[in-house]
Amino acid sequence: MSLYAGRRRSNSIAMTLCFAAAIFGLGFLALILGTLVWRGVAGLNLAVFTEMTPPPGNEGGLLNAIAGSLVMTIIGVAIGTPLGMLAGTYMAEYGRFSKLAMVIRFINDILLSAPSIVIGLFIYELLVVRMGHFSAIAGIVALAVIVVPVVVRTTEDMLNLVPTPLREAASALGMPRSHVIRRVCYKAARAGLITGVLLAIARVSGETAPLLFTSLNNQFWSSDLNAPMASLPVVIFQFALSPYQDWQQLAWTGALLITFAVLTLSIGARWLAGKTVR
Amino acid sequence: MTQIAAIAVLIILGGVIASLVSGSIPAFKAFGFDFITTETWNPVTDKFGALASISGTITTSIIAMVIAVPIGIGVAIFLTELCPPVLRRPLGIAIELLAGIPSIIYGIWGLFVLAPFLQQYIEPALIGTFANIPGLSSVFAGPPYGIGTFTAGFVLAIMVLPFITSISRDVFETVPPVLKEAAYGVGSTTWEVVWNVVIPYTRVGVIGGVMLGLGRALGETMAVTFVIGNAHRISASILAPGTTISATIANEFTEAVGDLYTSSLIALGLILFVITFVVLAFARLMLMRIESKKGV
Amino acid sequence: MKLDKLLCAAVITAAVSMGSANAASITGAGSTFAYPILAKWADAYRKETGNSLNYQSIGSGGGIKQIEANTVTFGATDAPLTVKDLDANGLAQWPQIMGGIVPVVNLDGVKPGELVLDGPVLAQIYLGKITKWDDAAIVKLNPKVKLPSQAIAVVHRSDGSGTTFNYTNYLSKVSPDWKSTVGENASVQWPVGLGSKGNEGVAAGVGQTKGAIGYVEYAYSKQNKMTYANMINADGKTVSPTSESFQAAAANADWAHAPGFYQILTNEPGATSWPITASTFMLIHKKPSDTAAVGEALKFFDWSFEKGTKMAEELDYIPMPASVVTLIKKTWTADIVDAQGKPIYAAK
Repeated sequence: MSLYAGRRRSNSIAMTLCFAAAIFGLGFLALILGTLVWRGVAGLNLAVFTEMTPPPGNEGGLLNAIAGSLVMTIIGVAIGTPLGMLAGTYMAEYGRFSKLAMVIRFINDILLSAPSIVIGLFIYELLVVRMGHFSAIAGIVALAVIVVPVVVRTTEDMLNLVPTPLREAASALGMPRSHVIRRVCYKAARAGLITGVLLAIARVSGETAPLLFTSLNNQFWSSDLNAPMASLPVVIFQFALSPYQDWQQLAWTGALLITFAVLTLSIGARWLAGKTVR
Repeated sequence: MTQIAAIAVLIILGGVIASLVSGSIPAFKAFGFDFITTETWNPVTDKFGALASISGTITTSIIAMVIAVPIGIGVAIFLTELCPPVLRRPLGIAIELLAGIPSIIYGIWGLFVLAPFLQQYIEPALIGTFANIPGLSSVFAGPPYGIGTFTAGFVLAIMVLPFITSISRDVFETVPPVLKEAAYGVGSTTWEVVWNVVIPYTRVGVIGGVMLGLGRALGETMAVTFVIGNAHRISASILAPGTTISATIANEFTEAVGDLYTSSLIALGLILFVITFVVLAFARLMLMRIESKKGV
Repeated sequence: MKLDKLLCAAVITAAVSMGSANAASITGAGSTFAYPILAKWADAYRKETGNSLNYQSIGSGGGIKQIEANTVTFGATDAPLTVKDLDANGLAQWPQIMGGIVPVVNLDGVKPGELVLDGPVLAQIYLGKITKWDDAAIVKLNPKVKLPSQAIAVVHRSDGSGTTFNYTNYLSKVSPDWKSTVGENASVQWPVGLGSKGNEGVAAGVGQTKGAIGYVEYAYSKQNKMTYANMINADGKTVSPTSESFQAAAANADWAHAPGFYQILTNEPGATSWPITASTFMLIHKKPSDTAAVGEALKFFDWSFEKGTKMAEELDYIPMPASVVTLIKKTWTADIVDAQGKPIYAAK
């Protein structure tokens, strides 16, 4: 029976290790979130949403950064989404098994996890140098480039879930292909497509690196897309690395806001995805 | 119409590569192959070498993987085999949500919470413990900054942990139940099932997932920039400040004076892109193999 | 397709609101040395006139780069450009404010001003030759201070910095060793230590790290209640960082006979002179493309000479003397002109 005991022992050792790993991993992640809430909530007040970023040692909030982030994210997603959806539609509906689709699928997956700072460099070369100055536009384009692969991926996945008989039935009624896609497939996969957009928003709302040398930063309220614009992540970066207590506090609060927004979007996306066609 | 959009994706990647290559030509013209093999990073004399940044990138990623891979796979096994069914879904969802948290959050936590803790409690002990052991004494040489290569690697580990966990869990779930049931049926323990059935069956997918995590770690900017210490030196000590490619670019790009300096930074970006491209391509091919298996 | 409509509406409203012109805004980038005072001025100026100045403290190196690339209205640097460099890029340069650079430390039980350091010892610390706080060289300067046997954690700048330029310029003047191995520049190859971004980063790094030493503009040390060290100056006297000792060093400057206002104020003679004093210089294109923005920027600088002196003194900066301000305004009128050669801003 000693053989059996040995097997039992190695089993319990291994399982204990797995259990410990789970405790360790989940514990650390819980610790980070806990710290974030603890330090972030301390600075939550109305001023955060109504005041501009202050000079050191003065009272202030994050209004311009929040607004800048919202504007750049919304426009960036609005530009990136149609492009991504069209490309995703091509891969799911038209070129599912063609060579081109295979190559694009591969490239798209690479882009999906390419270092975002490289995207920032690309946009700097492409736009900032040519325009001669930093601007919200450059930031928006950088975000749009990051949005595209996310949307391509989810669009393709969601359209693949639409049952083929649906398409065949619609075609049998004499609908042209483009109608089938628009009226039938998009409708069937609607929740999933919105999920993709939500995920894309979640993905770019925390992006810092590509904004550092495209939209730069702005101390004040700016509604000019052709000028530098503040954004929450860049402000967090600047404030967290400063020696000023009040700036560090604002950085924590900003970090909490971003995390809250991203988690809300992700949870919303999951909930919608759960409702989509199975 | 849709095809044009699809080709646009290709054009974006082409554009990224083209702009990086054209931007880095002056640097490679000036330094040639030495750019990759020299450590000097001296704006005063306009001599630039990428080795310190490259080695920092690779070192931090290795540290991250050494910590995150066993733990990540452990958590995945826990979730698929051990976890009470009540907790399985919420924990799984929690892990996936955490994979989406922006890296700047990990950076700010590393700077304000982890670094001071390491500086006060962990690093002095490490330095003291290994001070008299030849070899290891230089790996853990002081002074304790709290900020440095090890801290960056540790933050990266926590960052890629959810990522590796959720991919491993997904591929573990592709194992046909009938295989596991057969193994249990002949009296295997849970660990034997995991070790002899699940892991061999999903090996390719797990490696793919790990490589994806590695790709993330290599290119990560913010979580690292906060805690790496930005020093262009290759040090034997993993506690010493170092730098990575992305941290160097993030720190110095807006203030690089002179064309050669800027070009060197873009060349760094190109090197980073090439490294991550190779790793990601490899990971994707691995995952594609497991997907085709699943599709059968 | 509700979502598309929503998105379209959002984009259109955003675009419409973006199109509306806002009050004149000036962009500037560069020196972190002068950031505390520029931020204070900008805030006061906006409350008074409604015009905003967007200043990004990205380091002097960045300031020079961005003005050369014409991405900002003005650049700010604590490392003055030589006349040759100014002419090559068609830039005008003038000093805006002066201040002191102080060594700051983080040692338990040591209070601000208790520790005394001199140039050669600082150089040895930054060369990595002195590694412990109880090194004989430091003990010799501080017989009364209880120094721990702690490793020195050296903190330096990671970005291109005028503060670094003045600091390394000083170290090169007082330490041949430093001059031959490292030299002076806005960014150098540091033998030891960890890099932090901006004066802000160095102050934060020293504040967070036990046993650390760094160098920052005095306002940072003051605002964050940091432990600064006294220095032994060129005359061999021990001085504290105060506006008087900065003033004494600055009094040595001969602005009237300096082409392009090129002046370095380190290691100046005088019994009460602070050894590492520096000025922040503003850079503007002589024939700017955006004359309106440059006019607004000059108006702001004029206002700061006029009304910003008290704010500067509150932060222990040294405002430019009236005689120098007159010279600066002459330079504006003569050099900063529009395409027709007319002065862009008529200073009173």
